[in-house]
Amino acid sequence: MSETTSTSKTYPLGLSEHGFQYVKIWGLLLGLLVVSVVGPMIGIRWLTLVTAFGIAFVKAFIVATRFMHINLERKFVTYMVAGMLAFMLVMVAGISPDVLKHEGHHWVNKAANDAVDRGEKEGAAHAGEHEGAAEKPEAPAAEHH
Amino acid sequence: MIRPIATTREATGIPTGRLAVWWVIASEIVIFGGLLGSYLMHRLGHPEWAYQSVHTNTAAGAFNTFVLLTSSLFAVLAHDAAEHKDGKKAAKYLMITCLGGLTFLCVKGAEWTHEIREGFTLTSNTFWSFYYTAAGLHGIHVIAGMIIMLFVAADAAKGKELQRVENIGIYWHFVDLVWIFLFPLLYIAK
Repeated sequence: MSETTSTSKTYPLGLSEHGFQYVKIWGLLLGLLVVSVVGPMIGIRWLTLVTAFGIAFVKAFIVATRFMHINLERKFVTYMVAGMLAFMLVMVAGISPDVLKHEGHHWVNKAANDAVDRGEKEGAAHAGEHEGAAEKPEAPAAEHH
Repeated sequence: MIRPIATTREATGIPTGRLAVWWVIASEIVIFGGLLGSYLMHRLGHPEWAYQSVHTNTAAGAFNTFVLLTSSLFAVLAHDAAEHKDGKKAAKYLMITCLGGLTFLCVKGAEWTHEIREGFTLTSNTFWSFYYTAAGLHGIHVIAGMIIMLFVAADAAKGKELQRVENIGIYWHFVDLVWIFLFPLLYIAK
């Protein structure tokens, strides 16, 4: 059987062909990193979500497939990893109603509401101090009933 | 020569050593996933955390992301060298990867020193509890990866156990991957 024509291409820094491809993928990842830092600076909420978190998923996908080569592994490895991610999602889905909501029908999460109030007051006071405001905001009230 | 079972033998279509690494990663997904999932839920439920998160250093976080991505490049180049049976080159690349890990830890150390001096400690606020726990747990994984990598590099330099270069590489990429999510959660979402 005849061999394919070898072009004997040389790559910088003594890299192999694969090595050179990896460098290109690294360059792409760095480009995405720049976008994920610069995007949120514009200050548009949806753009922040897309550039910071959307791009994190893209970067993760590239690392998993191009560096970890999960797509070249036996299928059950992908299922194993996806299964664990599914467990995580089940946990988040199960707990999130309790954590995200601080009140509902016939119940109030007073500790969480107090924590929000306290944090808002402390944060505003701290921000005021940093801005050198002459008028000092009132001290944080940590009320517990 | 008698070889340990968990090196190159395979019963599942994947060498046992590499399969073990994937299982480690699967369990790590639950650990980090649980932690980050909890953080995300609390962050959404507690708008006042924005006052705290504004103090994290985005430039340091971005630089550390660059460092880890670069170290991941060298880890995969080490794998490529090992595939070509070039143990010395693989060892050299693994050492550069370790250097990346060390740089990451130094930046993290400087960052934490500054934050603690500013009064942001593990107990000052739930945001900072999550911040130090998540970044600290990740840092421990970086240290563990570096230690293992030094052993693998020492063997690889002698041309021994080259399959381990890929195994430690997979773990290192996972550590990088966790940071890819930690970075926007802790440094960008102000």
